[in-house]
Amino acid sequence: GQRSSESAKNSNQSFAIVSFKWDHVKEPYIIALWVLVASLAKIVFHLSHKVTRVVPESALLIVLGIVLGGIVWAADHIASFTLTPTVFFFYLLPPIVLDAGYFMPNRLFFGNLGTILLYAVIGTVWNAATTGLSLYGVYLTGIMGKLQSGLLEFLLFGSLIAAVDPVAVLAVFEEVHVNEVLFIIVFGESLLNDAVTVVLYNVFESFVAIGPTNVTGIECLKGIVSFFVVSLGGTLVGIFFAFLLSLVSRFTKHVRIIEPGFVFIISYLSYLTAEMLSLSAILAITFCGICCQKYVKANISEQSSTTVRYTMKMMASGAETIIFMFLGISAVNPDIWTWNTAFILLTLVFISVYRVIGVVLQTWILNRYRTVQLGIIDQVVMSYGGLRGAVAFALVALLDKDKVKDKNLFVSTTIIVVFFTVIFQGLTIKPLVQWLKVKKTEHREPKLNEKLHGRAFDHILSAIEDISGQIGHHYLRDKWSNFDRKFLRKILMRRSAQKSRDQILNVFHELNLKDAISYVAEGERRGSLAFIRSPSTDNMVNVDFSTPLPSTVESSVSYLLREKAGPVCLDMQALEQRRKSIRDTEDTLAHHTLQQYLYKPRQEHKHLYSRHEIMHSEDDKQDKEIFHRTMRKRLESFKSTKLGINHPKKLNKIHKRDRGQKRRNSSVIPNGNIPSENPVQDFTLKEKDLEFSESEENNDYETLHLGKGVDFLANVTQQNFTDNPAGIDNPVFSADDDQSIYMKFSPWLSSEDTVVPSQRARVQIPYSPNNFRRLTPFRLSNKSVDSFLLADGPEDRPRTFLPESTHM
Amino acid sequence: GAQSLHPLSLAPTVTSEQIEHLHRRFKQLSQDQLTIRKENFDSIPDLEFNPIRGKIVHAFFDKRRNLRQESDGLADEINFEDFLTIMSYFRPIEMNMDEEQLDRFRKEKLKFLFHMYDSDHDGKITLQEYRNVVEELLSGNPHLEKESARSIADGAMMEAASICVGQMGPDQVYEGITFEDFLKMWQGIDIETKMHVRFLNMETIAHCY
Repeated sequence: GQRSSESAKNSNQSFAIVSFKWDHVKEPYIIALWVLVASLAKIVFHLSHKVTRVVPESALLIVLGIVLGGIVWAADHIASFTLTPTVFFFYLLPPIVLDAGYFMPNRLFFGNLGTILLYAVIGTVWNAATTGLSLYGVYLTGIMGKLQSGLLEFLLFGSLIAAVDPVAVLAVFEEVHVNEVLFIIVFGESLLNDAVTVVLYNVFESFVAIGPTNVTGIECLKGIVSFFVVSLGGTLVGIFFAFLLSLVSRFTKHVRIIEPGFVFIISYLSYLTAEMLSLSAILAITFCGICCQKYVKANISEQSSTTVRYTMKMMASGAETIIFMFLGISAVNPDIWTWNTAFILLTLVFISVYRVIGVVLQTWILNRYRTVQLGIIDQVVMSYGGLRGAVAFALVALLDKDKVKDKNLFVSTTIIVVFFTVIFQGLTIKPLVQWLKVKKTEHREPKLNEKLHGRAFDHILSAIEDISGQIGHHYLRDKWSNFDRKFLRKILMRRSAQKSRDQILNVFHELNLKDAISYVAEGERRGSLAFIRSPSTDNMVNVDFSTPLPSTVESSVSYLLREKAGPVCLDMQALEQRRKSIRDTEDTLAHHTLQQYLYKPRQEHKHLYSRHEIMHSEDDKQDKEIFHRTMRKRLESFKSTKLGINHPKKLNKIHKRDRGQKRRNSSVIPNGNIPSENPVQDFTLKEKDLEFSESEENNDYETLHLGKGVDFLANVTQQNFTDNPAGIDNPVFSADDDQSIYMKFSPWLSSEDTVVPSQRARVQIPYSPNNFRRLTPFRLSNKSVDSFLLADGPEDRPRTFLPESTHM
Repeated sequence: GAQSLHPLSLAPTVTSEQIEHLHRRFKQLSQDQLTIRKENFDSIPDLEFNPIRGKIVHAFFDKRRNLRQESDGLADEINFEDFLTIMSYFRPIEMNMDEEQLDRFRKEKLKFLFHMYDSDHDGKITLQEYRNVVEELLSGNPHLEKESARSIADGAMMEAASICVGQMGPDQVYEGITFEDFLKMWQGIDIETKMHVRFLNMETIAHCY
């Protein structure tokens, strides 16, 4: 190819050691450069908070694009870079729409589907028709001067300028944070109106091509039919590919690395397939995302899920940035500029006015059927938020100049409209929203109670619907979830995911993890990890505690320890000897906490680079460990008086776990539990089979010390029940543990080799900081009947079997 | 007519059209009798799969709380007026309600919910009662063990305790969720917009044969 020809050229000269092969890399280089420029611009914008709070990013990018376009033009006098429709529709738009669909709040979306559909379909048709007809009407009066367009061209223009643009809506509303119902209506409308836009555009374009005389009633009818075909067809294509994707994700257990890739590839294929069949591609990829999210998220691993999320966001954000910047650049193209004051001005007026009228009319109709009414303020926001964007521009750029003679005028007008809506309306929507006191989103932590009651509501409401004999929302939703549970889940979800996938359980799990991790972080923040920082260990530990740690999960010690390379020395004996004098008991306690909760800080950070495998991290298991422990503690602590206090707890032995043992895949409490039904029992030592829940892929995790050790139920025997009506004594939460216990039983001072969290150490849980709501909201009694002392005599009880020690 | 029913109706909120429809439905359920008994609810097929069916049906027959009668306990049968009373707990809010009305409305809906949870009617939802509720709620999912449900209930109770009481002293015991606590839990949430059924859809499904 190129190289051979070059070498042929230079064959009579000497060998060129280095040569400048610009043409060779020109195209990808320029693309990469533009992407880089756009991203750098974003950095620059966000340097100034004041600016970004007022001006939406999209506006800034457009301005930047104009500037850059001006520079390029001034230098070259050619407009070399424009936003070509091909690039836009094939590469820039799909990521944005996929991102929207995949993260769509389904319940909200389908709950308001009627409203959204009405606005999307009727609203868009209304906008297109009124705008086109009005412009034509005004044209007939002659104000616009001489144009080469007839009614059909005006209608064509109306249809492409009518549609609310998802990219623009996302970009602007993202910074405004209106309440979710309002957002979903505007945003849903912008997504679903694609079908209408596509149909109208194609219909009118072909009408223009075949000429006004040939447009008969049949053609119009065909147009209407094609609307249904395009929209329903696009949706079906999306659903089909969603099904495919969910099915595939069920089997990707052994190819975890490329798991995220499937999501993107299959979704993209849905887009292209719909495009190929001349159906609505946006609808296809939207519904692909909407339908597959539940199953894919259940099937793929945590890491893949994170990867998918971040990649999608990155691509969507990047695409959006490029789109806006190129919108600006494309504007600097004097060839296309045709100015017609009346036309442009009137277009702006008409689209705004007709939008308002349309919204008001439709809302009035809707409010008779909606249970949550849309008020005036909502309508104002909806009208004002009807932004036009790059889709309109791409569509107008696609027009054939020969068929549509006034293309340049249309292009210029579209550019001005887009700039106006994005810049002006984008700038002013935030103050407007604030001035109107629009209800904003409340970002609240998920509360378990809310989830529970939400579930109760659903059931109650479906029951009422059943009893009153109506087909309502809840009835339908009920039917759908039954269908889903009976059939879809079985096909599309992995077996392990099927069982554990309950929303309430997920929230519960998350909350527990959060609590546990913040527990550790808090302990560390209080300075109890000072010993790690001692100068003697500085060269061994790369953990930097000098920086203030934000109180987020990421700042937890476990995270730090995981992230820093280099061995962390938690060799108890060594440390103990070194700093016996300095260390407080408190440090010891906190250290115990760490010991218990952070089983295996990376002993050595082995870099196993492999393109085909990720060494499965042990963090998942650690998380599960933490979860189990906290749960157990909570159970122990919370007993209401009515329950009856008199149940002894049993001290369970620890079992070495058989590999052949059946693992029960419950992700909550393992078997051992407090029998609340049997009020009075004698203290017995019962051996229980302790099962640990793991994810399926860890079948071969032999050295899993975690599995065995933790899974016991540290129970206390209660000997004096009757005089303690107030509640269960629980050493977990009692403040006044006998300090001597620790001195007596410092496990690391024992002679054994394998020291690590001995049973005793684990059982003597230190005083926990009491500003944790869920973990330790209260103590029922501060009497510490520490019967571990009593029960804990014997060395003959089988010890913990943690093959690993902390000796590094 | 609707207006004469009871102090519950804050305004003529259940229209006569809706009442007619409900009356027809009542006749269907009661098989043309004047009253409905618990057994009549068995004839609604879809209701069978509802995990908290028991509590809901129970709510229809609860004399003191929901039916606003003087005596306690469960009624054996209810007439149409009672039926309407219960149904009216689920009517949607109207645009023209003022603050005070809205507040009362909200409290009534929450009280209904509270009574459903508080099965022994002592004004407190204790841990055991809460556990019952959660177990029932989650009983629809066959893969969820009873212990899981229990631990979720415990966790939820703790959360409630922390919201309602905050930091407890060492000797405090949290007895149960009182109605005030319950209100506190629901403070930020628009229950008025969530807990209702549309009465406009007039298609009756022939549930009863």
